[in-house]
Amino acid sequence: MPLLQIDNLKKAYRSPDGETHQVVDVPGFSLEAEQQVGLSGESGSGKTTFLNLIAGILKPDSGRVMIAGQVMSDLSESARDRLRATTIGYIFQTFNLLQGFTCLENVLLGMSFGPGADRAFAVSLLKRVGLESRLNHYPKQLSTGQQQRVAVARALANRPKLVLGDEPTGNLDPRNSRESMALIREACGENGAALLLVSHDQPVLDMFNEVRALHEINRAALQPEEASA
Amino acid sequence: MTLFRIVFKSLRQHLLSTVVTALSLALAVGLLMSVWVVKEQSHATFTKVSGGYDAVLGARGSKLQLVLNAIFHLEASPGNIRWSDYQTIKKHGAVELAIPLAVGDNYRGYRLVGTEPEMFEHAYSPGKTYEVESGGRLFEAGYKEAVVGSFAARRLGLKVRDQFNPYHGLIFNEDAMHKDIYVVVGILKPTSTPVDRVIWIPISGLQNMAGHDPKSATDVSAVLVKLRAPTAGFMMDQMYNKQGDKMTFAFPIGAVMAQLFDKIAWFDKILELVAYLVALVAIGSILASIYNSMNERRRDIAIMRALGARRSTIFSAVVLEAATIASLGVLLGFAFYAAIMTGAASIIREQTGVVLEPFAGHPVMLWAPLGMIALGALAGVVPAFKAYRTHVAEYLSPVS
Repeated sequence: MPLLQIDNLKKAYRSPDGETHQVVDVPGFSLEAEQQVGLSGESGSGKTTFLNLIAGILKPDSGRVMIAGQVMSDLSESARDRLRATTIGYIFQTFNLLQGFTCLENVLLGMSFGPGADRAFAVSLLKRVGLESRLNHYPKQLSTGQQQRVAVARALANRPKLVLGDEPTGNLDPRNSRESMALIREACGENGAALLLVSHDQPVLDMFNEVRALHEINRAALQPEEASA
Repeated sequence: MTLFRIVFKSLRQHLLSTVVTALSLALAVGLLMSVWVVKEQSHATFTKVSGGYDAVLGARGSKLQLVLNAIFHLEASPGNIRWSDYQTIKKHGAVELAIPLAVGDNYRGYRLVGTEPEMFEHAYSPGKTYEVESGGRLFEAGYKEAVVGSFAARRLGLKVRDQFNPYHGLIFNEDAMHKDIYVVVGILKPTSTPVDRVIWIPISGLQNMAGHDPKSATDVSAVLVKLRAPTAGFMMDQMYNKQGDKMTFAFPIGAVMAQLFDKIAWFDKILELVAYLVALVAIGSILASIYNSMNERRRDIAIMRALGARRSTIFSAVVLEAATIASLGVLLGFAFYAAIMTGAASIIREQTGVVLEPFAGHPVMLWAPLGMIALGALAGVVPAFKAYRTHVAEYLSPVS
């Protein structure tokens, strides 16, 4: 059984003028344990919505998302929260670090919603991403690249089976972007986590052995030429 | 632990509004407890102060005025009664002790009261009798000697062997000085009663003060009466108040004072209402301060939810934050209470001689803080509900 199995997943939004816009329409998609896949997609192709549906942050209009044998839509909201905390790590484009919390506290807080705070492991993760001297720094005291590494450590803190990345290198310069991607892929590999990462940055996608275009998976996504039009 | 950490961080992030809100709550709690304690302790203390007597006999008039004048040494005397009236009640079989008082003079605003040395021999409350500080003694009848209450002595700076000229009237007027010179022979030890605010002299001294009307030289302002059996008071009440029409017999003293509190009960109600309103405004400020900061918190809430925090965790964190602000306010409220009550007790003591005990335990010190914390938590429910309903995906920017 694949780690992630998606069947007939659909999500539409109603625009202010009353029109319904289909954003996600994925007939089928799967990801095996420890598999790393890069998804290419332009802005407006429904990447974030797709990942949010996988993470259980959004509820689909229809279809199902099954992670580690559990169907998201069959779970209560609190059970979905629990599953997200214990099984999924999420790296956001803007990192979404809590500004009032230090690096270490950001990682520990993520842990506390899952299996529980493990200070030693949190510290080891931050060391792994090269932030051993920044444990008690606040996000605003860090460079963009350092903030991104905190986000990586936080995403891996609960030893997730699946790591989702939503343009995680979107705010980094090319060098930092390459280094960061290498770190994410290595860290996922070391922790036995599958990785599903969406990006429109070709050098980033080139680092993956397996890359899929989002419009091939999501029938509602714009074709590249439509997106650029 | 997670909840407390989230709350602590949020309080720190909104430090200014936390402090301001907690201070407003502290003022409310302090005010609420103070109003309650002053009200209840005043009632309890003033209705208990009797100087060890059961009744007061005086000129026909208000019982309350008579008691305030003879027991609390406030107000003017409603008039005089004859020395023979004093002798009559003193010899009455139901009367154990009758002490005459004469008032009408002061020394720098502190009242001079003429009486018999016998007054200092009986207990002013169970097990407590008047004592003179070492180096002093009680005055002797017929001499121009004074024994000064402890509070008056301290305020006036009087000590044994000091001399002073009394002033005519109950209100200090520098032009109304009597020629008589009195010598302080003793300072009374503190009694925490209105006696502490009085300068005591022999009754004949006050009756015969130079410049007083010689016709009233034997009159007394009031007679303090201790009965052999309190039930006799009803018989004497009948005798003086219902059958007679020249004098007033104020009995029992506590009930007369209770009437005063009944008369000013409306004022207590207004004070209570003001305190409740202040408390309500303070509770409202908790709601407003958290609610108004909700928009800036929503991203943090969305992040926590994306990390796996349950809605109930977010809801609880906001309610706990409100309760924590209220708790901080309550803690500070005790400091405000101490400050307000120290001032209030000092004013009451200065004006009446009655000593309140601000730091004695009182139920309000339990229910007011607990009530405020509970209401504070309740005030947190509205913003907590807003936090609870935060749409995660909407606040996790940007969407691509």
